[in-house]
Amino acid sequence: MQFEAPETVGAAVKLLAKASGTTRMLAGGTDVLVQLRSGTVEPKLIVDLKRIAELGKIAPEKGGFRVGATVPAAAIGENVKVRKMWPGVVEAANLIGSTQIQGRATLAGNLCNGSPAADSVPALIAASAVALIAGPKGRRKVPVEKIIVGPGKTSLKKGEIVTGIVLPARPARTGDAYLRFIPRSEMDIAVVGVGVCLTLDAKGVCTAARVSLGAVAPTPLLVKAAADALIGTKVDAAALAKMAKAASAACNPIDDKRGTKEFRVKVAGVLARRAAEKALKRARGN
Amino acid sequence: MSGHHVTTTINGDSVEFVCEPQESLLDVLRNHLGLTGAKEGCGTGDCGACSIELDGRLVCSCLVLGAEAEGRKIRTIEGMAKGDKLHPLQKKFLEHAALQCGICTPGFLVAARALLERTPNPTETQVRYWLAGNLCRCTGYDKIVRAVLATAVEMKQEKRHAA
Amino acid sequence: MPLEGDIAQRKTTFKQIGTRPIRPDGVDKVTGRARFGADASAPGMLIGKVLRSPHAHARIRKINTAKAEALAGVKAVVTRDDFKDRNDALRDVLVNCMARDKALYDGHAVAAVAATTAAIADKALKLIVVDYEVLPHVTDVDEAMKPGAPILDKTMFTNNVEPKPTKPSNVASRCEFALGDIKAGFAKADVVVERSFKTEATHQGYIEPHACLANLGPDGQGEIWVCTQGHYMIRNTCADLLGLDISKLRVTASEIGGGFGGKTTVFIEPVALALSRKSGRPVKMVMTRNEVFRATGPTSSTSMRIKVGTTRDGRITAAEADLRYQGGAFPGSPVELGAMTAFACYDLENVKAVGYDVITNRPKQAAYRAPGAPMAAFAVESVIDELAKKIRMDPVDFRLKNAAKQGTKSAYGPTFGPIGLIQTLEAIKAHPNYRAPLGPNQGRGLASGFWFNFAGQTCTTLNVNLDGTVALAVGTPDIGGSRASMCLMAAEELGIGYEQVRTIVADTSSLGYNDVTDGSRVTFASGLATIMAAREVIKKMCARAAKTWGISADAVTWEDGQAKPAGSNAGNFKPMSFKEIAAASHSTGGPLAGHHEINADGAGVSFATHLCDVEVDPETGYTRVLRYTIAQDAGKAIHPSYVEGQFQGGAAQGIGWALNEEYIYGKDGRLQNAGFLDYRIPVASDCPMIDTIIVEVANPKHPYGVRGVGETSIVPPMGAIANAVSAAIGVRMLELPMSPPRIVHALDSRLKKAAD
Ligand SMILES: Cc1cc2nc3c(=O)[nH]c(=O)nc-3n(C[C@H](O)[C@H](O)[C@H](O)COP(=O)(O)OP(=O)(O)OC[C@H]3O[C@@H](n4cnc5c(N)ncnc54)[C@H](O)[C@@H]3O)c2cc1C
Ligand code: FES
Ligand code: FES
Repeated sequence: MQFEAPETVGAAVKLLAKASGTTRMLAGGTDVLVQLRSGTVEPKLIVDLKRIAELGKIAPEKGGFRVGATVPAAAIGENVKVRKMWPGVVEAANLIGSTQIQGRATLAGNLCNGSPAADSVPALIAASAVALIAGPKGRRKVPVEKIIVGPGKTSLKKGEIVTGIVLPARPARTGDAYLRFIPRSEMDIAVVGVGVCLTLDAKGVCTAARVSLGAVAPTPLLVKAAADALIGTKVDAAALAKMAKAASAACNPIDDKRGTKEFRVKVAGVLARRAAEKALKRARGN
Repeated sequence: MSGHHVTTTINGDSVEFVCEPQESLLDVLRNHLGLTGAKEGCGTGDCGACSIELDGRLVCSCLVLGAEAEGRKIRTIEGMAKGDKLHPLQKKFLEHAALQCGICTPGFLVAARALLERTPNPTETQVRYWLAGNLCRCTGYDKIVRAVLATAVEMKQEKRHAA
Repeated sequence: MPLEGDIAQRKTTFKQIGTRPIRPDGVDKVTGRARFGADASAPGMLIGKVLRSPHAHARIRKINTAKAEALAGVKAVVTRDDFKDRNDALRDVLVNCMARDKALYDGHAVAAVAATTAAIADKALKLIVVDYEVLPHVTDVDEAMKPGAPILDKTMFTNNVEPKPTKPSNVASRCEFALGDIKAGFAKADVVVERSFKTEATHQGYIEPHACLANLGPDGQGEIWVCTQGHYMIRNTCADLLGLDISKLRVTASEIGGGFGGKTTVFIEPVALALSRKSGRPVKMVMTRNEVFRATGPTSSTSMRIKVGTTRDGRITAAEADLRYQGGAFPGSPVELGAMTAFACYDLENVKAVGYDVITNRPKQAAYRAPGAPMAAFAVESVIDELAKKIRMDPVDFRLKNAAKQGTKSAYGPTFGPIGLIQTLEAIKAHPNYRAPLGPNQGRGLASGFWFNFAGQTCTTLNVNLDGTVALAVGTPDIGGSRASMCLMAAEELGIGYEQVRTIVADTSSLGYNDVTDGSRVTFASGLATIMAAREVIKKMCARAAKTWGISADAVTWEDGQAKPAGSNAGNFKPMSFKEIAAASHSTGGPLAGHHEINADGAGVSFATHLCDVEVDPETGYTRVLRYTIAQDAGKAIHPSYVEGQFQGGAAQGIGWALNEEYIYGKDGRLQNAGFLDYRIPVASDCPMIDTIIVEVANPKHPYGVRGVGETSIVPPMGAIANAVSAAIGVRMLELPMSPPRIVHALDSRLKKAAD
């Protein structure tokens, strides 16, 4: 195994593009080192991204923010402005692992690891976040929901790096929230995760909504039917019940050590409703 | 396998070592540098026994590669007492019997110090959530949480006296 | 003059016992200096690693190690061929350390290598080719008992059944404990509750994985540094398995990062010694967490049926238990202890408990804190709770009415002496938490529990130094502050300061045999031996003073740490302090030392009652523990902080066992959750503060009244929490863990039979 720590995006892309065999990028390393340890992957090349100054910052971008690929979750939580604009995303990021994991884990790593249970991903999808990608053929932007294509699989091409995640400017009267279910109070991988973002008009009618589910299918889901159940309503009990039902219906989970199918389907609806209630409160306050 | 030559700062001392690329910082501390205060309870980030600070952030040293440490600043349990003077947390852990077997203790102390340096007046809930990545199987956490809360009170008083 | 061995010489007033000094090993443990199992190294040391079976059950046709041996840096490879087969009681231990004809569970060791680096050792493991013939497997206890189940051992016929079975089965043996006539008892009952329960296997979950550093030379002399609850056990077992003289193997117990019973046997130690012997180099082995889960002892999973009958006014007339415990791939589940303890909290005339010890394709169970008792207690206390609700009686009052007390004849044999169950129940009833108001979705539960405690073979040596300080050597590894308690007892007895005593855990060559640290025995047994050794020192000191004064030894008495003439007849001499006698020892006969060896008895049974409030989210099944209160009889708390710590630690383990901890096996018979992320032990934010009440009903068999305290605390939690959860959701929970999916399932299927 070769370890490299380039100082520019270009150098990193080059290293990755010409590498043969399995490669891993090292952002926080909280997934990569676990994989190394278990022997499930034996990469030929590891590229540490943390020496690339450009990736280590949170910067304003078009009224929103660009969160660099190596910014740890703890730093996102400490950023008052981001927390204020996208509390759901920050909540999700700050649910990843323990304080120690927070000191390392990144949004980009959470996304590119490709786990259907990644906590920040449904929140990012709900918030219409966009991944910034640099690769051998230049730079491109891709909505977050287009990145994960299967468990552990992403749409990134060889040599491509996510350089950051853009959180857009938040429209008026918009609120987001993320809730997950875990059996303990901390230190668990989501059994179900739900991100909701909704926008109200001046009368309190929902004009736009995005509902995203994690851990209930091979990839995080963007559930249009759940969003549609809210749009055009005042997000009352009936609308919430309908959206909860749609969320449950969208699930295609497996039985595993973390939960049964039956349980996941049910709890997805419950959490979707609760997350929407939370997002609604925020939207009313914004 | 090519060895990486790394220069880093540990508890204020400049340290050099050579490690293999797949070796974790925990492996390096324990096996190359003789700093066995950080423990390996899992090697996968789940137990916190290997907690250290890396550039001021609390991390699991089992989830950091040794090679990443180049130019960084590391704080471990070995640097917590200043000479023969124990850190207030160390004293309170002893007074409160906040350890039974003691394998988790270095990790808890390093984590708790990081908490009190950021949040000098934590609530019980804050302490519990901050320390949720540190597993203790012996104590049921009661005495650990009390020791941390008591340290916060004492450090505040000490500060007031100093002022 | 106190006589050595005179246990009846009881103390009831104390100067130091019951205080809370800082433990002697404390500073080392808060500074990172304390050396645990994996913290040792040796010049020229190799790293040893184990190849483990990926199959739950497979015949091992052939193991080819040639390629591994040829890898540069590999210094030794061992397999079953390096260990001599045997036919005695140690065979199962040997086979568990290194598979022979079959791999019996996922994670079973099949080969091991020693290499110059960990990376090379890992690589070598991948080069070993094992030819497996995969066999059908079974991991569930009920499935394993069914006719037609895959049979693990064709030579096993159930013991203790009449007539002797003609077909092999997975049931190793049956046991029974009974009193009176349960048929007649049930006939007298107004209300009978009968329920079936299941519990999943849980792991001790000590944070320190097994680790050792072994060095065995071609002359058959060896040493091993190891984290264990019993270094004499390690020595005797390893010497036997490797064909060494016991005297030639010296074992040093490192600091130990938790054990809870799981470090009372050997796993990697004989393998490390074999690798060291073969390579001629020191070999260090450290298990990964994955290995700890897959290949060391969890406790049994169980299936149980409990039936209890009571009169309407709350007198239990009969109780019956059928217990089926699987203990992994070898006989020896703690079902017998389960059957013995199941109804020990109750004063019953008619009782019967039957146990079946079952083998399955799982790792060999190891002791886990009060082995066997917690599962049975969960089931029994659930039924007791249901009965109390049915007859509309307060659950404390119902238990008080039936509680075991002095003079109660227990179903497992003995008649209890002074015991503290009633006091624990009364303490709980008087506690404000028993009356704290409950909100919606909240429930309260309580349960009692019992554990025997063991004493066993023990010896200690107490050496007096010239400056009047004392070096105390014990042979029982200190898992949770026992050195502090030893220092306190020696200081109390000798009348010197706590700081003047330093206690060490001696290696196996410096002190006589000691049983493992288990059965909550250390404070009792090593404490007893320490007190006796101290009394021997006092006797000798009195003799030295007598010699100094030129009077008869009988004319000297010991008071407040001083030798004094016994009366005016003896003469008028200035009393000599401990320090003075020590300082003069070189001129009065040489070094002063006391020693005591004993095969102790009378550890003193201990009872506890736990009270717990929970809140359950009815939509997700998430359970939060709101309040937790423990009352337990400690006999006499030597160092109350560490007694409380034992109570609290047991409760937290119980919270895990009750709510989320479980071994999850896939259809392939492989363990799915061999790590702390998915084997969910409680974290700090899962637990409330845990209130403790130390009840002290002195144990007459200990000079200070000590009872073991370490184990009882894990017996009641599952019952208490199950009763609380059942009350909160209105459905009786019959399976552990009460994980969110199980709670939601129970609510959804409205198994609303009992609860209220
Ligand atoms: C104890 C523990 C608890 C955890 N708890 C949670 C939890 O609660 N919720 C949760 O969602 N996850 C959890 N995780 C998983 C993990 O922490 C997260 O997925 C984390 O966000 C990963 O980020 P990272 O920066 O550490 O990624 P890394 O480990 O550095 O990388 C992960 C993957 O992404 C790739 N990658 C990294 N950066 C980039 C990039 N910029 N461009 C392209 N590819 C990249 C890497 O090649 C690798 O495949 C936990 C992990 C541990 C060890
Ligand atoms: S050893 Fe690093 S978290 Fe357990
Ligand atoms: S004191 Fe033993 S694990 Fe915490």
